[in-house]
Amino acid sequence: MLSFLLRKLLVLIPTFIGITIAAFIFIHIIPGDPILIMAGERGLPAEKYAELMHAFGFDQPLWKQYLDYLWQLLQGDLGKSFVTGRPVVDEFFELFPATIELAVCALLFAIIIGIPAGILAAVKRGSVFDHSLMTLSLTGFSMPLFWWALLLIVFFSGYLGWTPVSGRISALYFFDDVTGFMLIDSWLSGEKGAFKSAASHLILPTLALGTIPLATFARQSRSAMLETLGEDFIKTARAKGLSPFRVTVVHGFRNALIPVVTVIGLSVGVLLGGAILTETIFSWPGIGKWMVDSIFRRDYPVVQGGLILIATIVIMVNLTVDILYGIIDPRIRKKGH
Amino acid sequence: MKKNLIAMTMLAGSMMLSSTAFAGGTLVYCSEGSPEGFDPALYTAGTTFDASANTMFDGLVNFRVGTTQVVPGVAESWEISADGKELTFKLRSGVKFHSTDYFTPTRDLNADDVIFSFNRQMDKEDPFNKLANGSFPYFDGMDMGNLIKDIVKVDDLTVKFVLDHPEAPIVSNMAMAFASIQSAEYAASLVKSGNLGDLNQKPIGTGPFKFVAYKKDAAIRYAANGDYWGEGAKIDNLVFSITTDASVRFQKMKAGECHAMPYPNPADLDDIKATEGITLMEQEGLNVGYLAYNTEKENFADAKVRKALNHAINKEAIKKVVFNGYASVAKNPIPPTIWSYDDSTVDDAYDVELAKKLLADAGKADGFKTNIWAMPVQRPYNPDAKKMAELIQADWAKIGVDAEIVTFEWGEYLKRSKAGEHDTVLLGWTGDNGDPDNFLRVLLGCVAKDTGGNRARWCNKEFEAELQAALLTADPAARTAAYVKAQAIFKAEAPWATIAHSIVFMPISDKVTGYKVDPLGGHFFHNVEIK
Repeated sequence: MLSFLLRKLLVLIPTFIGITIAAFIFIHIIPGDPILIMAGERGLPAEKYAELMHAFGFDQPLWKQYLDYLWQLLQGDLGKSFVTGRPVVDEFFELFPATIELAVCALLFAIIIGIPAGILAAVKRGSVFDHSLMTLSLTGFSMPLFWWALLLIVFFSGYLGWTPVSGRISALYFFDDVTGFMLIDSWLSGEKGAFKSAASHLILPTLALGTIPLATFARQSRSAMLETLGEDFIKTARAKGLSPFRVTVVHGFRNALIPVVTVIGLSVGVLLGGAILTETIFSWPGIGKWMVDSIFRRDYPVVQGGLILIATIVIMVNLTVDILYGIIDPRIRKKGH
Repeated sequence: MKKNLIAMTMLAGSMMLSSTAFAGGTLVYCSEGSPEGFDPALYTAGTTFDASANTMFDGLVNFRVGTTQVVPGVAESWEISADGKELTFKLRSGVKFHSTDYFTPTRDLNADDVIFSFNRQMDKEDPFNKLANGSFPYFDGMDMGNLIKDIVKVDDLTVKFVLDHPEAPIVSNMAMAFASIQSAEYAASLVKSGNLGDLNQKPIGTGPFKFVAYKKDAAIRYAANGDYWGEGAKIDNLVFSITTDASVRFQKMKAGECHAMPYPNPADLDDIKATEGITLMEQEGLNVGYLAYNTEKENFADAKVRKALNHAINKEAIKKVVFNGYASVAKNPIPPTIWSYDDSTVDDAYDVELAKKLLADAGKADGFKTNIWAMPVQRPYNPDAKKMAELIQADWAKIGVDAEIVTFEWGEYLKRSKAGEHDTVLLGWTGDNGDPDNFLRVLLGCVAKDTGGNRARWCNKEFEAELQAALLTADPAARTAAYVKAQAIFKAEAPWATIAHSIVFMPISDKVTGYKVDPLGGHFFHNVEIK
């Protein structure tokens, strides 16, 4: 197990270097620079422009700028935002809980509904339930997130008036962050109605962001389950006279879990990507919206630092998933994949 | 009946929400984006100014809300010397900076605060100048560093600006966001504690509202400044609820989650008008959208060609298609709301035959190949530049001018058009201070040809002479006369096709009274009341 872990960790080094290069190149490849964007239609006198390019170090060759950045990274410094002047790390961790809160809710929503539905569809293969679930999940999977989110707002908030339109909590509540997670903080604040407000603000973004993973999980667990249910050991279990519930859940489901866990692990990346759109529409103050704003402002340190931090998290999640495989299926760690 | 009951319950529910929501004189404004920071001198975005200068700061002078008229701010009066090179402000006594949980002022505003506010933008040794890497985009963009030679403290409440040359709009400039007055005492305390960045994160001003808290990308909270020197805010609290998507903002207004919102989606306008409880306020914006001909390119060197192309453009169609009708066709380079606007100007009427004839007169009867640059971003003066470019392209095709549409990423677009790579370019301008100089010299002056604001790269001696004459005198009548002449020269020479002045909208709840739409594009809430 230890050598399995070590090997996994060693692979991370080139991955990280690759990420820093990619992050650096992506943002520098986009034309325009922060100084031009800031000056807008007005423009700046040429000599002032040159002076600022020098002050920010943009007149250096790109490779030099990259090496300087890498050196700074090695010292654990992600730099400061050009725009706000605050350290990138501070901004990231101020906003990240909002993204996590939403992603976790969306993930739970997708798992709790998607997996049982998929299993049920596999067990009742060919039934009306199976067919309608597969049709619905295909629809859910192909729905453009932007449109779907607006539709949810117009229907649930606009037409029915059941949920708030956007944000994390009513703008009327103001309390200090304790954990950064609004559900917890609103409860801790002790302000009347705060928790209810926070919870109701979570509903629509969770639905919007959770729909695609939900559809994926349902389909994946259905097909994994179907495959497992056809295996010989299931026939054996049935022949032994075990109850259908025991056969499905204990023998079938446990073995169907691996591809499902893989998909859940991979969907973390999808969730963080989807968070960008969801956060923009629902004015959800997380890292997705922060990154988009920073790309438009060419806030290099924020875009680079943000990409590196997000990539790190996705890598860590996938590493955890790899380790989980080993626990679920001992064959994997022994074979040494 | 059952349906009614449901509707009633829902209504009751939403009313309960809104009554708890808006109790105690709190106004919620669904703003369109996050402020970049709270020090107005560091930024150029209107979103940032709304959250800083327009709520928490005063200038030496201010604009009267809803107009471009300059009124006293923390200076109660000012005087310009006979040669126009000395500008002396007499400060109000007893102006208090905000007392907050992070700073308590020990003295009232004085000349030191004024000197600090400007000095840090030009003195490279100032720690706040170093912190910003010397970047003060408005101050630099207006070339204030070369205009202001020195700032002298005459006494505690008198401060004198010594100028390099006379410049009539200087007083209006002092009302702009970048000229907001900061507390020198607060700045000094930050230098001592080493938290220089707090000047931008935890602002201290003298304005009608003071800063309470900012939840990044979510909401900003302000409280009324009880010690305000003027007629203070009529509401107790002001909350900016940051909502980026225009359609979502409207949904929030409808749901009673906010009282006011800027920049509605043009497609929602009819719906907004039809919504009960919401009034759609509107005002002609202080802006102009134009197509500049690069007069340094061979095809556009001759005014006859430019006139011909102007006559070929159907501006009414553009107004209808691009602006949904919410604009007025432009005939002058300055909008009608600005003083000295010459309403007697005769526009180049849409006339294909005349255009062909003019083109033939100029020796280009067979037309020519050219390009139209279309901006990649939406601006109030041009909500859809690509569509506008396509319409112009089709119009010009009728007189044999074959134009290709070109676009770049915004930063690149500004850079390349500044360098004069275009044949013709779509761009526009929103006024900063309501002075005609802020349009004419910034966009069409000879110096601006080099600094890049003058996209037509047009430097006309007679036109420039009028601008300079108007710059050197403070006499409004003389300035008006000069600008009227300048507009006539502009029209005859046609360095641009003037396209449109757009209308600015502000949906606002019927519960709010006293709101005034600001022609300069700001959003101010200290005059409003909630019913």
